[in-house]
Amino acid sequence: MSSRRSRSRQSSSSRITDEQINDLVSKLQALLPEAGIRSNERVSAASVLQDTCNYIRSLHQEANDLSERLSELLATTDASSAQAAIIRSLLM
Amino acid sequence: MSAFHFLRALSQINKTTPKSSLLLRSRRIRHAAYASMAYTAGRSRLWSRALLRRLQRRSRLRYFSSQRTRAVIAPRRLKAVRPRSGEPSRAEALRRLVPGGAGMDYCSLLDETAHYIQCLSSQVQLMQKVVGSISS
Repeated sequence: MSSRRSRSRQSSSSRITDEQINDLVSKLQALLPEAGIRSNERVSAASVLQDTCNYIRSLHQEANDLSERLSELLATTDASSAQAAIIRSLLM
Repeated sequence: MSAFHFLRALSQINKTTPKSSLLLRSRRIRHAAYASMAYTAGRSRLWSRALLRRLQRRSRLRYFSSQRTRAVIAPRRLKAVRPRSGEPSRAEALRRLVPGGAGMDYCSLLDETAHYIQCLSSQVQLMQKVVGSISS
């Protein structure tokens, strides 16, 4: 926690360099789903942030949809067979 | 690690929720997904701490739930996010999406977002696996 605190103190006097920001932005870009396709392009920080926002929203939506799907499945599936199937899929 | 936590929660939810309450079960499952994600990341991250706080607040409200408090849980009360100078405009939107983002400096926001995305996408993949294995 102390290293984080000192970092934020320094940032208020803008000692965070552009290079550090660019590094963090490219790290983000690498995590986006189309990272492989776009790796050679020079994209602006603004578009990386935009794509990141869209990606997070789509993940949230997917989590919602999967929760609904799981809710339906648990209602209709026999408990023990569901458990067996889950354990099987995670161990194999 | 998060798999164990999430599956245990699923099993608990399945036992305690009536089969007919599709919506309630789906909400609890979603809560369990974010909880196991945050719990696994632990207290080492700003986003996970913020998410754990938010979830604990909600489940405490639910425990003491009455007709009045139920209305409070549903809309997400977001901490006010104001535009900060020297940042791309999209940083504002990002702050709203990442738990605890409103209170972070720009550098921390970028760093926390990267970790949040990794954990969120792992959780989604786990849920896809579970759905896949039950429905086959």
